Amino acid sequence: MKLRTLMRHAKEGAKSLGRNGWMTFASISAVTVALLLVGLFLTVMLNLNSIASQVENNVEVRVFIDRTATKEQQETLKNQLQQLSHVKSVTFVSKEQGLEDFIKSMGDDGDVFKSMKGKENPLPDAFVVKTDKPKETIDVAKAAKELNYVDEVNYGRDYVEKLFHVVDILRNIGLVLIVGLLFTSIFLIANTIKLTIVARRREIEIMKLVGATDAFVRWPYFIEGLMLGVLGSIIPFLLIAIGYHQVYDWFIGKNYQTYLFVKLIPYEKMTLYLGGLLVLLGAVIGVWGSLTSVRKFLKV
Amino acid sequence: MIDLIEMQDVWKSYANGVMAVNGISVHIDKGEFVYIVGPSGSGKSTFIKMMYREELPTRGKIFIDGTDITKLKQKQIPFLRRKIGVVFQDFKLLPKLTVYENIAFALEVIEENPRNIRKKVMEVLDLVNLKHKARSFPNELSGGEQQRVSIARSIVNNPTVVVADEPTGNLDPENAWTIMEIFERINNNGTTVVMATHNKEIVNRMVKRVIAIESGMIVRDDEQGEYGYEA
Ligand SMILES: Nc1ncnc2c1ncn2[C@@H]1O[C@H](COP(=O)(O)OP(=O)(O)OP(=O)(O)O)[C@@H](O)[C@H]1O
Ligand SMILES: [Mg+2]
Repeated sequence: MKLRTLMRHAKEGAKSLGRNGWMTFASISAVTVALLLVGLFLTVMLNLNSIASQVENNVEVRVFIDRTATKEQQETLKNQLQQLSHVKSVTFVSKEQGLEDFIKSMGDDGDVFKSMKGKENPLPDAFVVKTDKPKETIDVAKAAKELNYVDEVNYGRDYVEKLFHVVDILRNIGLVLIVGLLFTSIFLIANTIKLTIVARRREIEIMKLVGATDAFVRWPYFIEGLMLGVLGSIIPFLLIAIGYHQVYDWFIGKNYQTYLFVKLIPYEKMTLYLGGLLVLLGAVIGVWGSLTSVRKFLKV
Repeated sequence: MIDLIEMQDVWKSYANGVMAVNGISVHIDKGEFVYIVGPSGSGKSTFIKMMYREELPTRGKIFIDGTDITKLKQKQIPFLRRKIGVVFQDFKLLPKLTVYENIAFALEVIEENPRNIRKKVMEVLDLVNLKHKARSFPNELSGGEQQRVSIARSIVNNPTVVVADEPTGNLDPENAWTIMEIFERINNNGTTVVMATHNKEIVNRMVKRVIAIESGMIVRDDEQGEYGYEA
């Protein structure tokens, strides 16, 4: 298409945005609200997902050794564990070390267990087995359980699965919400553009009768919808970018990264990703809305 | 020589079941001037609308310049319409555009080179004697003048055919004659004119070929015809 023609279409599209003031405002607001919620939701979801997989990567199998096992038997067990497929490393953790780690992981609540040190220590010695893939923990744990002098096998998979379960539920709720919101904004945009089109029925009819192509007729409305959608994505993007920056700085400032062994998605990456996505979503909503309403007016 | 317009056994029934055109076959040569007459509801408008694909016949073939337009794809229809100028009883002008802009609009939307637009618009305004009204808006013009603008628009792209559905229907006799003179001028320049009309006086005084349609069928087709109905 010639630049001149494109400019004409853009001008026509912008003109009707101004002419339908209130409806323009309403549909931009609808897109804004929808995308704000979509953006918030995505920010939370993406981070939860990222955290879940970080945790999943840290999942290890803890193999507790039968107290009756001798040093040689322990050695044999270690060798057997190393032979299992998908095992990356096997580390010995003495019962004293195990209790220390446990108390530390409990934080302030750990104090009550301090009395268990020494003779009272309920923990047996253990091997910590790491797998090359997080998924393999279950199989490795099952196989380990069959070996001699193994008392019990623990693995953190349960917690990860719970976390993923929460993420899943959130995602389903969010999806329903988002789809509803997106369709509402598409509907509002379609209606705004329909107003323009109804006001210009005669114009469209004449255009078609003198031989304008459907594409030519459609372009201004296409651009109008695109502008509505993209304009609607600006505020959500800014709000979320600023908000996420705050949260991210706070998270770093409080040193949660080191305490919790998890990282948030880096600010720049998130902003870039989300910005692109919101603008794209806005554009899709807008164009969809406009094409929905133009279609039936082209039949002249 | 190929006829400019040829209909072969054309039928049209509307979605509501009305049989508007029932087996029409006709030839119209390049440069002819043809009146379509007949009682109200006989199918004149339907006949005309099928020539520029506002209506698609239910059956039959319509050739324009050798192309069967009943076979055109949706995408090709605009290019058919660029060869056919259409004039309406109600003018169909855009009230917010000036006379000049209304005509230029027809060229802009088919992406005519802007360099040619001014020249072409002024030419047709001259042809319909409305150069002095170029900057007026439609509501500042008489009905006859508005119809002249609409005719100017219909020919600005040099169509091979101009079709007009009761172009003088809303005009007083004096204005009607001015319009007819313009059609005559257009026809003398080599453009084919097909016009549906109820105007007995015009048909009988400006003698041309007359095709009479009744109940969607051609009942009369005379080279130097007359209106043939009571007014
Ligand atoms: N879009 C339509 N849908 C259904 N029926 C239609 C439609 N247009 C026309 N008709 C019917 O088709 C028949 C022919 O109509 P048409 O408009 O072609 O007649 P006409 O000869 O132009 O009449 P007039 O002289 O009153 O303008 C009529 O019975 C009319 O009611
Ligand atoms: Mg009619």
